[in-house]
Amino acid sequence: MASNNGAKQPLLEVRDLHVVVAGTNTEILKGVDLTVNLGEVHAIMGPNGSGKSTLVNVIAGRPDYEVTSGEVLLHGQDVLAMLPEVRAREGMFLAFQYPLELPGVRPWQFLKAAVDAVRKHRGETEVSAREFDQMYKAAAIEMGLKPELAKRAMNEGFSGGEKKRNEMVQLALLNPKLALLDETDSGLDIDALKTVAEAVNNRRGPERSILLVTHYQRLLNYIKPDFVHVLVSGRIAVSGGPELAHELESKGYDWVKETAAAG
Amino acid sequence: MTSPKVISRKTSSKDLDQDYRWGFVTDIESETAPKGLSEDVVRFISQKKEEPEWLLEWRLKAYRHFLTIQDKEPDWAMIKYPKIDLQDMHYYSAPKKQGDGPKSMDEVDPELIAAFDKLGIPIQEQKKLAGVVEEEGEPGEEDGVRPPGAPSQVAVDAVFDSVSVATTYQKMLEEHGVVFCSVSEAVKRVPEIVKKYLGSVVPYTDNYYAALNSAVFSDGSFVYIPKGVRCPIELMTYFRINTLDSGQFERTLIIAEDSSYVSYLEGCTAPMRKSHQLHAAVVELVALDNAEIKYSTLQNWYPGDKEGKGGVYNFVTKRGKCQGVNSKISWTQVETGSAITWKYPSVILQGDNSIGEFYSVALVNNHQQADTGTKMIHIGKNTKSTIVAKGISAGKGQSTYRGLVQILPTAENATNFTQCDSLLVGDKCGAHTVPYIEVRNPTARMEHEASTSKVSDDQLFYCQQRGLDQEEAHYVIINGFCRGIFKELPFEFAMEASQLLKVSLEGTVG
Amino acid sequence: MTQQVEKREKYDQYLADFETFKKSANGHTWLNEIRTTGLSTFNATGFPTATRGNEEWRFTNVGPIARKAFTYPFKVSADSVTKEQLKAIAPWDDKWTTLVFVDGRFDENLSSPAIQKNGVTVSNLDAALDSEKGLIEQHLGRYVESDKNGFTAVNTAFLRDGALVKIADNTEDTPPVHLLFVSSERSEPFVAYPRSLVVVGKNSKATLMESYISLTENGYFTDGVAEIVLQDGAQVDHFRLMREAAQAYHITTTQVHQSKDSTFNSTSFARGSSIARNQIHVALDGPGAACTLKGLYLTDGSEHIDNNINIDHLKPHTNSDLFFKGILAGKSKAVFSGRVIVHKDAQKVLANQSDKNLILSENARINTKPMLLIYADDVKCAHGATAGAVSDDVIFYMLSRGLDMETATRYLIQGFAHEVIDGIPLDGFRDYMDTYFVESLPAYTFQMKRPGRN
Repeated sequence: MASNNGAKQPLLEVRDLHVVVAGTNTEILKGVDLTVNLGEVHAIMGPNGSGKSTLVNVIAGRPDYEVTSGEVLLHGQDVLAMLPEVRAREGMFLAFQYPLELPGVRPWQFLKAAVDAVRKHRGETEVSAREFDQMYKAAAIEMGLKPELAKRAMNEGFSGGEKKRNEMVQLALLNPKLALLDETDSGLDIDALKTVAEAVNNRRGPERSILLVTHYQRLLNYIKPDFVHVLVSGRIAVSGGPELAHELESKGYDWVKETAAAG
Repeated sequence: MTSPKVISRKTSSKDLDQDYRWGFVTDIESETAPKGLSEDVVRFISQKKEEPEWLLEWRLKAYRHFLTIQDKEPDWAMIKYPKIDLQDMHYYSAPKKQGDGPKSMDEVDPELIAAFDKLGIPIQEQKKLAGVVEEEGEPGEEDGVRPPGAPSQVAVDAVFDSVSVATTYQKMLEEHGVVFCSVSEAVKRVPEIVKKYLGSVVPYTDNYYAALNSAVFSDGSFVYIPKGVRCPIELMTYFRINTLDSGQFERTLIIAEDSSYVSYLEGCTAPMRKSHQLHAAVVELVALDNAEIKYSTLQNWYPGDKEGKGGVYNFVTKRGKCQGVNSKISWTQVETGSAITWKYPSVILQGDNSIGEFYSVALVNNHQQADTGTKMIHIGKNTKSTIVAKGISAGKGQSTYRGLVQILPTAENATNFTQCDSLLVGDKCGAHTVPYIEVRNPTARMEHEASTSKVSDDQLFYCQQRGLDQEEAHYVIINGFCRGIFKELPFEFAMEASQLLKVSLEGTVG
Repeated sequence: MTQQVEKREKYDQYLADFETFKKSANGHTWLNEIRTTGLSTFNATGFPTATRGNEEWRFTNVGPIARKAFTYPFKVSADSVTKEQLKAIAPWDDKWTTLVFVDGRFDENLSSPAIQKNGVTVSNLDAALDSEKGLIEQHLGRYVESDKNGFTAVNTAFLRDGALVKIADNTEDTPPVHLLFVSSERSEPFVAYPRSLVVVGKNSKATLMESYISLTENGYFTDGVAEIVLQDGAQVDHFRLMREAAQAYHITTTQVHQSKDSTFNSTSFARGSSIARNQIHVALDGPGAACTLKGLYLTDGSEHIDNNINIDHLKPHTNSDLFFKGILAGKSKAVFSGRVIVHKDAQKVLANQSDKNLILSENARINTKPMLLIYADDVKCAHGATAGAVSDDVIFYMLSRGLDMETATRYLIQGFAHEVIDGIPLDGFRDYMDTYFVESLPAYTFQMKRPGRN
């Protein structure tokens, strides 16, 4: 089906997804349904332990979890059959809640290898060192990452805020179709939060979708979502527009839990 | 039932080191082998215990092996002591069987009662252990005038010098098929099991003291938990060395069959002696499929006086084998006593997914020396070991953590985490860490961390600002330092451990 | 001494060579006495081959060295090695003062001109025996413990060639000194005895490199000793490279003696050889003395490397920092033995020690033993060791950026090495390591549990 006359084209489809912690029977997601169309920004909110981080990590292929049933599609393709690196190359990017430190791994080389891997997958040529250098610098400036950090090992000795900014640098470089932002706002001061929000907003457009996970409504003051979903105990309890986030802010998560129980 | 006669304190008060509360001598009429080590002594012990031929043979093999290594006393540990004259001690000392023990608890040494109280042993059980002659009857709950924090129920086997004197709660244990008795009795009751497992974890060729022990061991505790049984109460052995110039060579053997569980405790005290006493025990644990053994020790042998005179030489070989899949062996020890401690409770992780743990507090004060730690040998897949060792050195004490973590090529995905921390109190003591780590599998993960420092002035100041004096402040901080280990102990034992720590630290600061 | 004395016959070659050596070597009486003492010590101890009670050599069996006859290279043929050959395989910079030793013998033609001015001496030890007699007598053999270890003793017996580096007080601008020890192709197994003495004066600064490289595939034996003395306030940046032949034996001791407020920074790189032991022993003998020792070792095939590091905190207010990393492949074996001793009354000491290992093969093996022996109370000491696989989280992070497992592994292993390499302040040496070590890293692919459904 062609996307004519503004008909919505689904990018990510999650259907009745059940997930356990690998090697256990501890179920975290208990049947999640979610469709994200191209160009949309969705926010997943929920109390601690509701499974919202798990959702984006499972979509990206983190090996700590096992899908027991359900499916995840990207452009109609079975995501769960793909290796994590293939998911990345297919246009998925996960901004980690806790970005990993890679001792001794030089950011420049590492990120160029990542950009080239994605380009190669798309049938494009590798980026030249010069071209990449410019891309990298531009991204670092945009995200307000101090240039001297590029000389250190990847994320090593970075502050929490610097790590998050570095995730955004990678978002800029890898130019994904689907950006999964896992609590990107946590641990950020107000300046960093604005930078991150602006970077995300700059990347909104008809060819990209964003799924962001957040505990607080604060981030949503800066990134206005099209849809808000509230995840409670492994299920989406309620979905709505951006006004839902405000309602949550004033009424708290207990309100959703009660509503979910009643409804 | 054997009934040792407990009379009263014999040691004159000027011999007494007032700081050691357990320093009473129990004057028991005993039957003692002449001093010295020989094949005759080995035969004498075996004969006294009416042992079967195979056991005598095993002892003799051990003895003959010992002769080949008798000049090779281990010298690698960081401990110093004059050479021990093995010909100048008794290898067997048993209380004479007598019916005329004390008639009531009033006749029993109050120190002994205090010790039993501390151990949380109910009065009725204490009577048995103290050999009070009474009408036979099963102990009932109504007898339990227990000190606060004492366990609800614990079965106790008391070993005086070399011989087990009494084991409590027999009936209840028998109902569950649990065998808890002295090794000598086990040799008679369940010979096949003893024969199958004795020396299977610590063969007599293992080391110098294991060879010696195998030749002359006189008694110790035996535990057998049948398949699927969760032992309903804690089992405990209370060890005490009494006879002058006697070595104590007990042997403990614990077998946990498939899917069984047991928690076993041991407490050790010895009277104050001006000369040193040798204690060379062997403990073997076997955990079969899905079985778990939790072994806790409070070691408070006499540490010697402030000048380093007297005290027990505690040279012990303790080892457990996680033979079955998903089995678990956990050692927890609080070592505050002995002039010298030389022990490395270890786990052989043979079964896939098996777990080994070692939690230790070792405190040395005055002239005490401790060289202690563990060995974790990873053989099976997905085996996991955790080592947490806390050392406290005070006075002129020297404390060494010595440990081995070995991950063999077969141990895929094995993991080890080791943490050893040492705390120094005063500038005359020493704290040493000697870890040996061998990794031979690329999928294994091993992590070792260690630190050594003194109690920080900031922490002390904080406590003092809240009104504690120097000594109290030290105690609070050191107790906190050990909390992680104490919480691995059964609750009552943890209270006792904390108390022991306090007593052992008295007078070290200020 | 617990080590047992070996049968003498296998040392016949050493004894016979010594007789010849004595006649050919520079004949100062005082030096001959030192040599003779060295030989008699060696005669008494032999090599530490005992298997029982030999804790110091527990994980390194030197039996193969003791059993083999190595000859002393009396004949040195000129032009057997060219400068081009050296530049191709060794760190090189024309700005450095490089002293080249071929098979343990000084080669003047390959070396930079000796320096001897303004209180700075950089020359072959043999050539400086007359002019620096006082200094040599004062320091040579004073720091290294030769009675414990036959290797040092026999090196002392054959003491002749080696480097003498003397930096006068308050001197900061000496060029980096590179001591380059080369083993050449010879018809029979030989032994080289490099011996260096480095004395850095008060408040002076020096950069010192030692490289051990090979132009042969044959077996030979390097038995080296270096004594480095830092006087009050001195600073030495030390870099060491071991790139011997896979068949070679290499046993060396670097003995460092530090006075008040001196700083010793050392980074050593080692590729495996048949048996290699790199001993670095530092005595912190003055308040304010500090040392940082870093190391990176790489073993493959059936190689064996033993890093034996001893730090003695003899005085209060001394600091030490040990940071070693190993990458093990093939059927190789590596040993790390770190022994940090804080002596009685050496209060206010900071000591850190870490050994991290990556094991890339089911047949490789690491024995690591980070020891702390503490006899003072006001100290902050820590040590750590790790071995084994990289965590799944780290691998997932890299894969989630689009890298395949092979590339992710390569980056992680390189990163593991870069952590040490990137800290080298000396460009020429760092660039060499960057190329050389990264080139020789073994190929490997980590495993990670794959996500999916069940």
